[in-house]
Amino acid sequence: MLRTLVGAIAVCAAATISSAQERPLPLSALRSGSTFVGANVRAMQSDDAANPGLLWVESGEKLWNAPAGKADRSCASCHGNAAASMRGVATHYPRYDATSGKLFDLEARINDCQVRRQQTSASQRESDDLLALSAYVGYQSRGLPLAVVIDSATRTAFERGRAFYYRRHGQMNLSCAHCHEQNWGRRLLNESISQGHGNAFPAYRLEWQNLGSLQRRIRACLFGVRAAMPPAGSPELTETELFLAWRAEGLPLETPGVRR
Amino acid sequence: MPDARITVPAAVPRGNPFEVRILIRHPMETGYRMDEGGKAIARNVVRSFACRYNGDTVFSARLSSGIAANPYLRFFVTARESGQLTIEWLDDGGVRGSESVAVSVA
Repeated sequence: MLRTLVGAIAVCAAATISSAQERPLPLSALRSGSTFVGANVRAMQSDDAANPGLLWVESGEKLWNAPAGKADRSCASCHGNAAASMRGVATHYPRYDATSGKLFDLEARINDCQVRRQQTSASQRESDDLLALSAYVGYQSRGLPLAVVIDSATRTAFERGRAFYYRRHGQMNLSCAHCHEQNWGRRLLNESISQGHGNAFPAYRLEWQNLGSLQRRIRACLFGVRAAMPPAGSPELTETELFLAWRAEGLPLETPGVRR
Repeated sequence: MPDARITVPAAVPRGNPFEVRILIRHPMETGYRMDEGGKAIARNVVRSFACRYNGDTVFSARLSSGIAANPYLRFFVTARESGQLTIEWLDDGGVRGSESVAVSVA
């Protein structure tokens, strides 16, 4: 009797370990956040004349072509026409930057270009200019599937991002998975709980009345569970972005999405 | 920098109403919020809006603090000839914005 029980426990433990290597949400079960927001918000997102995010995309296009910094170079001076050169680029972020040896999300990549190539100061996180540029670059990959690279250079960061995702946070003692893996599709007061994918970001959130980055969204979730929020641009958040992007692999990018 | 997006059909049949859709980038600060120090944030909303076609006012509106940020307006106008559709707005801070688009009537 004891033997069978011990055997059963061993089988259980083995199952837990093996499932940790697999995808908790199978790729076939992935649902974009836009399927949880309701028909009105979906219509707002899919109509370029009504989607407020396009205001940022448009000003991002102006910034793309505006020379800046001591180098007096614009993004276009190096990258040319964004519609061609930036197509698909945002689907691979966050990605490893060999020069700095760091993991870069799209905003960090733009900041790096500003500092090293344009020789100007880096844009503040959540500033209109940075959101405009990241929305403009993201917009060039609209409809293309997310495809981040997890290899020897990014593996450690990815595992840290995964650990952050499954760790309990804050006074409410909740991990991301408690809502977005175990309870998606159910209600939290009058909101539907989504699967928590980042494929719409930077996105226009009606609650914010503004465009915001995925890091802002993650920080807002942490605020909601009354946890300490890592500062914008911190490695923890970028690593979590990487884990989220892998978790949502194959979902089409919707930048600029509209969310409640 | 004030900016806006105007969406009109690519070609408009003569004398038929066509849809004009406007998005204005504006925070529409209600005047009811406090900043982190507990000080009231001054109201700043788009106060007045006008749409002109070849100089004639064809649509105008007074907006208030009950309208969300980045207001979206949608209305219909009729054109007899091709021309320039211009929108102008003024907010509580005294900042004026304008944007225009060419309309081609077939």
